[in-house]
Amino acid sequence: MTSAIECPRVGLFATCIVDVIRPRIGFAAVKLLEEAGCVVEVPERQTCCGQPAFNSGATKQTAALARQFIDQFEAFDYIVVPSGSCAAMIKAHYCEALADDHEWLERATTIAAKTWELMSFLDEVRGYRPVGIELEATATYHDSCSGLRELGILEQPRRLLKAVDKLKLQPLPGNDVCCGFGGTFCVKYSAISNAIVGEKAEAIDGTGAGLLLGGDLGCLMNMAGKLSRSGSKVRVMHAAEVIAGMGDGPAIGEEE
Amino acid sequence: MQVGMTSFKARAKSALADATLKTAIDRTAGNAETKRATAVGEFPQFDAARRRGRKIKDHVIANLEHYLTQFERNAIASGAKVHWARTSQEASRIVIDICKAANAKSVTRSKSMLGEEIGLPHALEAAGIERVETDLAEHIVQLADETPSHIVWPAMHKTREQVAELFKSQHQELPASDAIPDLVESARKDLRRKFLNADVGISGANFLIADTGAICTVTNEGNAELTTTPPKVHIVTAGIEKLVPSLGHAFMLLRLLVRSATGGDFTQYTTFHCGPKRPEDADGPEEFHIVLVDNGRTKMRRELPEMLRCIRCGACMNHCVVYRQIGGHAYGATYPGPMGSVLTPVLDGLKQSRELPHACTLNGKCAEVCPVEIPLPSLLRGWRERSWKEGLEPVTVRAGIGGWAFVARRPGLYHMATAIAVRLMRLFKRGGRIAWMPFAGGWTEYRDLPAPPKKTFINAYHASRRGAKP
Repeated sequence: MTSAIECPRVGLFATCIVDVIRPRIGFAAVKLLEEAGCVVEVPERQTCCGQPAFNSGATKQTAALARQFIDQFEAFDYIVVPSGSCAAMIKAHYCEALADDHEWLERATTIAAKTWELMSFLDEVRGYRPVGIELEATATYHDSCSGLRELGILEQPRRLLKAVDKLKLQPLPGNDVCCGFGGTFCVKYSAISNAIVGEKAEAIDGTGAGLLLGGDLGCLMNMAGKLSRSGSKVRVMHAAEVIAGMGDGPAIGEEE
Repeated sequence: MQVGMTSFKARAKSALADATLKTAIDRTAGNAETKRATAVGEFPQFDAARRRGRKIKDHVIANLEHYLTQFERNAIASGAKVHWARTSQEASRIVIDICKAANAKSVTRSKSMLGEEIGLPHALEAAGIERVETDLAEHIVQLADETPSHIVWPAMHKTREQVAELFKSQHQELPASDAIPDLVESARKDLRRKFLNADVGISGANFLIADTGAICTVTNEGNAELTTTPPKVHIVTAGIEKLVPSLGHAFMLLRLLVRSATGGDFTQYTTFHCGPKRPEDADGPEEFHIVLVDNGRTKMRRELPEMLRCIRCGACMNHCVVYRQIGGHAYGATYPGPMGSVLTPVLDGLKQSRELPHACTLNGKCAEVCPVEIPLPSLLRGWRERSWKEGLEPVTVRAGIGGWAFVARRPGLYHMATAIAVRLMRLFKRGGRIAWMPFAGGWTEYRDLPAPPKKTFINAYHASRRGAKP
C-alpha cells in the first residue's frame, strides 16, 4: 500500500458532460494527475454516475448505475472526478442509493472514502502545485454548490490557481450563490433558471474579470451560455484547464 | 392556501415578469440575509447552538405523547381550556365555535402561519365575524385581499410605495408620506380602535412550554399583546410540534429563531401567556383556549420527523435562489420556499404539489442556514422519489430518465449513442456554439450551448493511447 500511495493508481472518471461537451477538461485532468505522480487509467466503459436519476427520484435506476460505477472503479487506489457534484454523488449519495443492500452498502462506503474531486485531490492528497505555468489574465471564481457544501471545496482550487504565474484572481460577489443550473432543473424550470443565471452573469461582468473559472462543467456551461447570449466578453473555462497550462486554448463555446 | 387553476410554472412566469415584485423581495430578503450573517458572525457558538436546538426538537418529537400530556395537564391547571384538532377543518371549527359561544362580532388576530394553514381567515369570514389582522404586514395583506407571501414578512411581495398607495386608498388616517414611519403611524391609528373593540383575540404560539402550560409569542410590533390582552377571550392555535420541555429550552431556541429570522439578537416583544386573568391580575382574558392542531404532524413524525424541527424562521426562503426570483405566492401554498416545498405535499397532497419539490436546484444553501439543521434538500429529494414511485411524474420525464438510464447501463450502447449525439449536435453549431437545436429548447431559449468537438473524451483518449490520430 505504501508504494500505491507514493505512486497511486488513479481511475479518472471524466463525467458524462465532460466526455461529450469538453474533452479538454479530461485531458487536463490526466496531465495534472500524472504530474502529481499518479498512474492514471481511464476506464473505457465508464458512463454516468447516476446523478440525474438520483435527483429525479428514480431510485432503481440510480442504484443500478451506482453498482455499475462501483464495479468499474473500486479496484483503483483513488477515483478522481473533475466535478464537485459528480464526486459528491459518489462520496455522499451512493450510500443512500444502496442503503437497502448490505453488501453493496459496504462497497459504496469503501469507494466513497477513496473518491476525490480533482482540485481537492491535487491540493490535499498530493500537495501538488503547478510549476512554470503562466496565464496573463484576470479571472474570477464561482464556487459550485455541491463541491462547496457537500465536499468543502473552497480554498483548494484557489491555492492551485495562485501558483499560476501572471494570473490575477478577482473575488466574485455572491461566489457561493447557486448559478441556477441544478441539473435537470435548468431545463424543467428554464425561466426561473434563466432569471437566476441572469443575476449571476451580471455579477460576473461586474467584477471586470475577463475569465470565469469554476470546477463543475454543468454550472460553467450554464454561466457561459448566459454570458455569451447576453453579449458579454467574459470567457469561461474549467480551472483544471488553466492549472494544466491549457488556458490559452478555446474557452467554452469558442471554436476548437 | 390559494392553489388556484393556474400551474406552478404559470404563476412563476408571471412573477418573473413583475419587476416591482423582484425589488420588493430583494429589499426585504436581501436585508434579512445581510443582518443574519452579521448576527451569526457575532455569535461564535452559533453552530453549537444549532446542534443543541436540533437535539431539543428531536427529543420532543421522539417523546411527543409525554410532553403533550404534560402540557395539557399544566395548561388546564392554569385555567386554560385545551382543545385537540386532528385536521385543519376541525381546528377552524373549534375556533369558530368558541367565537360564536362568546357572541363575537369582531376578532383581532396576531400573525400565525398555523392560522393560515387551517384556513382561519376564510372560516371567520364564512361565519360572518369581522377579522382584524393586527400584524402590520398581515394588515397590508388583508387590505389588499391577498395571502401572505413569506412566513415572517407576509407582505414581502409589496414595496413600501405600493403599501403607501394601499393605505391612502383604505385608511381613515392617511399616511403623511411614503416614508415607513408615516406608514406605520397611519396603520397604528387605524388599528388602535379596533384592538379595543374586539371580542376575541386569536394568536398562534412560537412555543408551548410543557412544564408550565404557558405559551410564548414573539413579535416586533407588540400587536400580539394588544390582541390577546383586551378581549375577553384569547384563543391560541398551535401545531403540536411547537412543544418544548421548559422555559430554558424556549430561550435556547429563541436565540436561534430571532437571529435566523431577522438578524436581531432578540425580538422587541417576547411574551409568555399562562392561563386566563387571575383575580389579582390587572388585565387579561377571562377565557384562555388552546387549540392543539395535528393536521398531518403525527404522520410527519413517521415519515418526515426532521421537518417537525422547523421553528418557522424563514431563513431558508430568504436564502433560496428560486424564492428570491419568484416570491412566495408562486408556490401556491400556505408555506412557500424550501420548507414550504417539503410541507405542502403533506398538507395539500403530493399529487397537487408534485412540482414544488422539483422547483429547486438542490444547492444546499437552505440546509446551511437552517437553525435546526433540517436536511431540506434530502427531504425534497425524498418527495421526488415518492412521486416517482407513485407514478405521479409525467410520462415524458419517466421516459426521458428511464431511457437515458437504460442506455447508461449498457456502456457499449452508451458510447455509440454519445458518438451519434455529438454528430447531431454539430449539425446545429455556428462557430463554437449552438443557439438552437431540437429537444434542447429548455436550454437554448435562454442560453447558448457549447458545441461538442468531433470526438468524445473517452474515444479521443483511447484512440490516442492506441496510437491512432486523436
